[in-house]
Amino acid sequence: MTSRIVPATQPGHPAIPAEVERSQLLEIYYYLRLTRTLEERLTALYRQTKVIGGLFRSLGQEGESVASAYALERGRHRDLLSPLIRNLGSMLVMGATPLQILRQYMAKVEGPTRGRELNIHFNDLELGYVGQISHLGDMIPVMAGITLTFKLRREPRVGLVYIGDGGTSTGTFHEGLNFAAVQRCPLVVIGEYNHWAYSTPPAKQFAVTHLAEKAQGYGIPTVTVDGNDVLAVYAAAKHAVERARRGKGVHFIEVKTYRRKGHAEHDDQHYVPEDELERWAKENDPIDRYAKQLIENEWVEAAELTAMDQRIRDEVDRATDACVDEPLPAPETALGGVYADPADTEKLWFRLL
Amino acid sequence: MAEITYLEAIRQGLWEEMERDERVFILGEDVGAYGGAFKVTDGFLKRFGESRVIDTPISEAAIVGAAAGAAHMGLRPVAEMQFIDFISCAYDMLTNYVATARYRAGLATPIVVRGPCGGFVRGGPFHSQNPEAAFFHTPGLKIVAPATARDAKGLIKAAIRDDDPVLYLEHKWLYRRIKESLPEGEEILTPIGRARVAREGRDLSIVTYGAMVWKSLEAAEQLDKDGVSVEVLDLRTLLPLDDAAIVATVKKTNKLLIVHEDTRTGGLAGEIAARINEQAFEWLDGPIMRVTAHDVPLPYAPTLEDFVLPQTEDVVKAARWLAAY
Ligand SMILES: Cc1ncc(C[n+]2csc(CCOP(=O)(O)OP(=O)(O)O)c2C)c(N)n1
Ligand SMILES: [Mg+2]
Repeated sequence: MTSRIVPATQPGHPAIPAEVERSQLLEIYYYLRLTRTLEERLTALYRQTKVIGGLFRSLGQEGESVASAYALERGRHRDLLSPLIRNLGSMLVMGATPLQILRQYMAKVEGPTRGRELNIHFNDLELGYVGQISHLGDMIPVMAGITLTFKLRREPRVGLVYIGDGGTSTGTFHEGLNFAAVQRCPLVVIGEYNHWAYSTPPAKQFAVTHLAEKAQGYGIPTVTVDGNDVLAVYAAAKHAVERARRGKGVHFIEVKTYRRKGHAEHDDQHYVPEDELERWAKENDPIDRYAKQLIENEWVEAAELTAMDQRIRDEVDRATDACVDEPLPAPETALGGVYADPADTEKLWFRLL
Repeated sequence: MAEITYLEAIRQGLWEEMERDERVFILGEDVGAYGGAFKVTDGFLKRFGESRVIDTPISEAAIVGAAAGAAHMGLRPVAEMQFIDFISCAYDMLTNYVATARYRAGLATPIVVRGPCGGFVRGGPFHSQNPEAAFFHTPGLKIVAPATARDAKGLIKAAIRDDDPVLYLEHKWLYRRIKESLPEGEEILTPIGRARVAREGRDLSIVTYGAMVWKSLEAAEQLDKDGVSVEVLDLRTLLPLDDAAIVATVKKTNKLLIVHEDTRTGGLAGEIAARINEQAFEWLDGPIMRVTAHDVPLPYAPTLEDFVLPQTEDVVKAARWLAAY
């Protein structure tokens, strides 16, 4: 990374890092806080049984989701990412809205999949995100194909895809990664070492120490970073993205972080040592750390952040109010869209009686 | 006699087989420390230890493949798919390697692959699947799908003792919904390949399995009030089909309605209908009809899921139509 010479705001206070502007620091904070506030709202709605299926939180991991996505070029038909269930933050960065997310979780007719799919499984190829399916690992080969297309068309675009520590045990992860490496696809892979795959710890999942070692086996350059250091993730992602854009192929970033909630809301985490949860919450919350960094370095005023927190709460309130009472999709719409042609699937005989 | 749930029945069956035969072991994702996503193997790690209750990486192909290898060497592995939807990741292992092993190589592969299947739980397209049809087409596999607590227990035990690979489809909608008193101290074994008459009737037969057994029984109850007497045959084993039992009920009532939760096209109902055409055509007093899910991926919204899946009301209407034929 090249450094930019910017004088510190005050002696003793480091300068804003080279790769970011002050306004961007605030924008990153906005997405971090929005992710957490929105998920807290989803938890409340889940408890009211308004969120119908499961709810998967990214508490404690918002930093790596937001900071990695923030390194992409955003806008219509620019870079493109594929998130997992714990990467809500990355989708918000790409332009998914709280209203869409809330509607999707509550299976509303106006939601992005009109009630067909759950949690953040939805796409906007123009804005730059393609939703996952539940089967872990499947999005790695798909993103290899998407980024292969960027390469074949000589478009200066980059793809980014997430994989959990558990997900790296799937066959599709390995096949997709190797394929992308051989084809030198402009793809950045974020390996999320969050210490758990449901109840399974890393020691039962793989025999290497770092996820990065797996990618190295395919000839892919890697870096392992503190996933709860927002700006460190951002810097690593920025480097990898620019490298991919220059035609240098796949890059793998391992982020060390921690899943502070259960696998999903129903999971009481009895298998997690309690002090571990407390320690990560107290000492290593990515948003707390980031806010502290911004304030202590005097890059922003504390009051700016408090005002933004309030703005975000209002935004999430408004989005909730706008959709919570919306209807679910009409039953018969279930029959549309399996194929382009025919547009509708046949209604079965016993429904015509 | 204690009342136990369908889920507890599976647990007991597994437990008893683990106690009985030290060659039996369990492998799967989160089956040990967590006791399985639905708690089917809760307490097993403590009782049987890490060498017989193995928490695996998220690698369904390796889970099934490793089970096959261990089975060749004389062990009796029971592999759990966290949701049966993920069995697709082991499709190659099951259909190419496992199913053909005895025929092509004389290798016994006595494995059980079990996992929660089925809808009615708002699980969306990847936590609600009914994958039986994908494997029904593969000679060499057996497929069982218990509907009652008794059969949940009897079939898991029979599947473990069977010398061939068995897919055991447990319906998650039944896990805690079905309760039954099972005699303690009696060994329950449900023979593989044998259906069960779940309700006797005269006017029409419903052949079904899994959760739809209960919806069909509910429908039969309603129809009874209208004076339509419905027989319900619970298949229990899907592969091999119990042709004798299906033919017998058709010969008795002369009308056949096949009900399954899986989608229509390529579903088991088509095969059952063909067999009745071949074996009991002249006994039929009406067309063989099917009540199944619509041919779409299973959607998440309750309104959509309820529309796509066959409901009790559908069985009632279809049976009434067929009875009047
Ligand atoms: C192929 C496959 N097998 C099993 C599952 C069930 N499952 C869903 S999430 C999960 C754990 C995922 O762990 P990890 O990849 O580390 O992601 P994290 O939950 O930590 O974000 C499992 C086993 C699945 N989704 N896909
Ligand atoms: Mg993980």
